[in-house]
Amino acid sequence: MGAEDVSTMTEQKTSNEADVRVRRFRLDYGNILAIVVGLAAVAVTLVPLIYVVLGGFRTTWQLADNPAGLPHPWVFSKYGSVLTSARFWHQMLNSILVAAGTTTGVILLGTMAAYPLARYNFRAKGVLYVIFTLGLMFPIGVAALPLYLLIRDLGLIGSLWGVIIPQIAFQLPITIIIMRPFLKALPKEIEEAAQIDGLGRVGFFWRILVPLARPAILTVGVLAFIASWNAYLLPLLILQGDASGHTLPLGVQQFQTQYSSDTAAILAYTSLAMLPALAFFTILERRIVDGLTGAVKG
Amino acid sequence: MKTKEASGTRSDPVDTSSAGSDSEKKPEKKVRTPEQIRRRDTTRKWGEISLFSGPALIVFLVFVVLPVGLAMYYSFYNWNGIEKLDNFIGLDNYRRAFGDPAFLHALRNNLFVVGMSLLVQFPVALVVALVLNRRFRGRNVVRMVIFAPYILSEVITAVLWLLILQPRGPLDAVMEHLGLGGLKQLWLADLNLVMWTVFFVISWKYIGLAIILFLAGLAGVPQDLQEAATIDGASWWQVQRRINIPLIAPTIRVWMFLSIIGSIQLFDMVWVLTHGGPAGASSTIATYMFQYGFMRSQYGYGSAVAVILFFLSLIAATVYMSLVLRRDNANDTNGG
Repeated sequence: MGAEDVSTMTEQKTSNEADVRVRRFRLDYGNILAIVVGLAAVAVTLVPLIYVVLGGFRTTWQLADNPAGLPHPWVFSKYGSVLTSARFWHQMLNSILVAAGTTTGVILLGTMAAYPLARYNFRAKGVLYVIFTLGLMFPIGVAALPLYLLIRDLGLIGSLWGVIIPQIAFQLPITIIIMRPFLKALPKEIEEAAQIDGLGRVGFFWRILVPLARPAILTVGVLAFIASWNAYLLPLLILQGDASGHTLPLGVQQFQTQYSSDTAAILAYTSLAMLPALAFFTILERRIVDGLTGAVKG
Repeated sequence: MKTKEASGTRSDPVDTSSAGSDSEKKPEKKVRTPEQIRRRDTTRKWGEISLFSGPALIVFLVFVVLPVGLAMYYSFYNWNGIEKLDNFIGLDNYRRAFGDPAFLHALRNNLFVVGMSLLVQFPVALVVALVLNRRFRGRNVVRMVIFAPYILSEVITAVLWLLILQPRGPLDAVMEHLGLGGLKQLWLADLNLVMWTVFFVISWKYIGLAIILFLAGLAGVPQDLQEAATIDGASWWQVQRRINIPLIAPTIRVWMFLSIIGSIQLFDMVWVLTHGGPAGASSTIATYMFQYGFMRSQYGYGSAVAVILFFLSLIAATVYMSLVLRRDNANDTNGG
């Protein structure tokens, strides 16, 4: 009897081991597939980017002679002339100023607006929240023409403020949508403790809530920064006139039309213009992805 | 007195500070009824609320709601943006749009991108996400690279592909090298081909977002479910079809929503790639609006086109929210 038990047990054990082996084999097979698919996706993504970066190290003649070749010899003058042109740095500075202004404004106004919506009880709270969220349905394209006329009447055509202020306005809905649940989730006890210590609701907001909400603030800040950095339609309407008043996306597009025969120079200009965004992305990748998936769920 | 109290509770702080001026303040200070304390607290609360939410609300109303409202208003006029706004023409701008083959073509192009995104981008992104949803060497690098184009601006993406796709450019050279020279095309200048090219470039930029969103959804699927199914002898595909895909359905639906709205509002990419050309073959509603409203200074007509664009997004959003997202929310509350 006992011997029989033992034998069935060992049998079971070996069959389990076989199972595990089969599963492990299957997993490895999947790993190979994953690596192959992953490499293919990486290649499709990277090859155009590498082409642009390397193309900037060639001459337009090299590009015409062998469009898909490597730099031979390496030419640094194209990158050099972009990096020494005032126009490029002006546009870089404009992009930075617009993005920084937009981000600061959005964080300040958005967090402040989300606070009562998250932690006060008042009539019209629901209505106020719906008004802000409806903003998601208003793409900037719909408002573009009247917005242009409005900015014109305010005398802000050609001014960076004419881009920054509307961008803040259009970024507010998503910011409030992300901030509100975050502020709401902070425990009631913290607020009560703050009250006992004599902090009013205003003091509580600045001294306790804002520092605690730093992760959410970083997320909405990153989203606002990217949206502003990449914006095209609004700057196109507002920043008319001299190229040194443009932001980078406008600048790249204009450079491309203006020097359409000098492909190598366009490639150098384009790759230098995309570098900040890619660098920013490599540093903050986790935060951006989390922000986006959070925004999508929110 | 009674009515004054009632109005005091709801009005803004300015009102009560004037009410609390010398003559009335003194008797109130002696004996404060609970009613008065409550009233003071309420005004204070409203003061705080307007202090916090007011600035954002004003900026939002002036620069988002007002322009959208003005667009609706202008759309009933024939107006060039400079003269007096007095040529009311009713719905003529809307009639003109729906009677213009160029506008209808632009509308069709938007629907083409909506449809192709769902038919092509979606299955490709889903399969890639399912395959990549496991631990393997270099996983983080792969994810990061795939997602990178999403961070590039549409303008830079468009210029990049403009250079690659130009006649006698690198793509043509590679095709010749591979002996496919006969398949070379005027990728961006061929009337029948241009929308496919535009769609390809859009996909190159945005498919990474879909993959990363799906992967984020898959990360939330409980591991033991998949393991249990595998032990029960389910094949890889069965696990995906019966467990993973149904469980990330909410993420998929949200992506679809974003994709549809984005496709309806398409502007930057098309404008830089083709300006809507050749001969309007790749125009979208937004490029059409820009061309007529802004470049030809037909602000009335352009506004009507903008309003149509708005209603298209609104319809898509409302139908979507009511059909799909509500169901997700209901499920969430049941499950949680």
